[in-house]
Amino acid sequence: MNTAKPFSLLILGSVMSFGLIGCKKMHTGVTPIPSAQRSAPEVGIPSGPVGGNPGGQDIGAGNRFPGGIDPNASNLATDIDGNTPLGPRDIEGNYILDREAFADQTVYFEFDSSVVSPDQKPKLEAVVARLQTDPAFHLKVEGHCDERGTDEYNRALGERRALSIREYLIAMGISADRISTISYGEDKPALFGSDELSWAKNRRGEFVLLIPKN
Amino acid sequence: MRALFLALLLTIPLQVRAQQEIVIDKTATATRVIPIALNGFTGEVASTLKFDLEVLGFEIVDSSKAQYNVTGTTTAHVEGRLIDQVTKASLFAKRYNASTRRAETHALANDIVSQLRQIPGIAHTKIAFKGQTGAQTEIYVADYDGSNATPITSDGALVAAPGWGPNGSILAYTSYRSGYPDIYVQDLSGKREIIAKYPGLNTSAAISPDGKWVAMILSKDGSPDLYVCRIDGSSLKRLTKTRAVDATPCWSPDGKTICFVSDSRGASGLFLISPDGSGMRKLRTVGSGKPTEPDWSPDGTQIVFTSQWRQFVICVVPAAGGEVTTLVDGEAPSWAPNSRTVIFSKRKQGRRLLSLLDVPTKRIKDIPQSLAGSSQPSWAK
Repeated sequence: MNTAKPFSLLILGSVMSFGLIGCKKMHTGVTPIPSAQRSAPEVGIPSGPVGGNPGGQDIGAGNRFPGGIDPNASNLATDIDGNTPLGPRDIEGNYILDREAFADQTVYFEFDSSVVSPDQKPKLEAVVARLQTDPAFHLKVEGHCDERGTDEYNRALGERRALSIREYLIAMGISADRISTISYGEDKPALFGSDELSWAKNRRGEFVLLIPKN
Repeated sequence: MRALFLALLLTIPLQVRAQQEIVIDKTATATRVIPIALNGFTGEVASTLKFDLEVLGFEIVDSSKAQYNVTGTTTAHVEGRLIDQVTKASLFAKRYNASTRRAETHALANDIVSQLRQIPGIAHTKIAFKGQTGAQTEIYVADYDGSNATPITSDGALVAAPGWGPNGSILAYTSYRSGYPDIYVQDLSGKREIIAKYPGLNTSAAISPDGKWVAMILSKDGSPDLYVCRIDGSSLKRLTKTRAVDATPCWSPDGKTICFVSDSRGASGLFLISPDGSGMRKLRTVGSGKPTEPDWSPDGTQIVFTSQWRQFVICVVPAAGGEVTTLVDGEAPSWAPNSRTVIFSKRKQGRRLLSLLDVPTKRIKDIPQSLAGSSQPSWAK
């Protein structure tokens, strides 16, 4: 899969859902994600503030669904550049954090790059498959770097890596509000050496599966 | 003996006069290493004075080779007299009265520096940095020479990127205490607030020179971008909208421009932007590797940054852009209030340590290490 494909799918789907929601104030190019979860119940147009307001409402405000939970679709709209906002992160207390679930799915990156290379894609497919078994699962993506960047540049690069992985998962059908990101920059290396092997193992994205406690 | 003394009297003044005639313009004066002799000081006073002067491009030499001579005592209080070896004139003579010998010595060093370099002394100034003890990191504040290092956090978590507000009164930094990187603003009494805890990344806080605003990198909108908010976290505004890595903002001393790193528009570089988000433009850094971590000099004339190309190198570029001057190996540079000295960090056998750079002479002075590691220094100004 090349990188252009998921985004064209996104845009296509977005155009379709745009018509459904019909918000008159929405900016051109601000496209809600068509992430009606495959496993989520079909409830049609959500009730609540939007349904009760015939005049329509700006979904860009982010307050459309109190509590941030949209029963039908993520309210995290992908912008014209392809960036998808992050959802609330203070949910972790309600979940068991399973670091082993995707221990074999760690994604590795080239030097100073946040592009997910084709040989890493099967790992993302495995992650998607698992997430689709239970719509209550959430996912945390951790971005890491090797030591050959400066500390704060690497903190931003690690986040960019985690976000790139997240974008692929969204394009593969996972709702944006199920995936959070964190960057550790170069502060949590997998290996402590200063050699090519260590660097290659440290430029990575790791997954933590969040399983509801109840 | 008498003959030798006469000979010295004859030769030294001539030599020095010759030097002074060559050295005309101010730049040449700034880049000149000044030979100076220290006489009558002992112990901590002697070592502190030596360190303070070496940081500013002085070389401590024997009296016979010195252009200036500092004579003094370290009895009850530090006393010092600065003598011009050429004219034998006494430039000043003072007795210092402070709470510690160390503080008195720093005051003497400041007087010598302001007299001979025509810039304010920095020996009394403070730094903040990320300190490491074992697996723990905390934010530390110390004297500029690394002494009196004290942790100001006890988060037991990853911390990073301290940056001072004006007058050394407050610090902004990143802490992972909540499990995620958040931006804290703390005054030195210990009171602190979280000003940014958005989803994703919150880091690289830089407080504006007037202390009213904070520039920072957030990823809440889906990519690491540059934002500005008030010092209390309100009035958040997004300045950049890229899909690239934006990182490490700093402010111009007049507060009208923010310099930061971006990978957008192809090759990465330093960019300038107004705090209202207008006028984004690239800063020309001719002859640099990949630039990161800019810091704008307090006098507004230069930007120091880390050039990243296989290794880390400290470079300066005129604030208007142009040819880059490569200085020394190192990273994370931060200007002293004198716009001459830079503190930076370097990696040595897997450890991080702090070092001071006298930019015009390119002389460096390592700060004695009291912790397992020290990095990301920020100089209070």
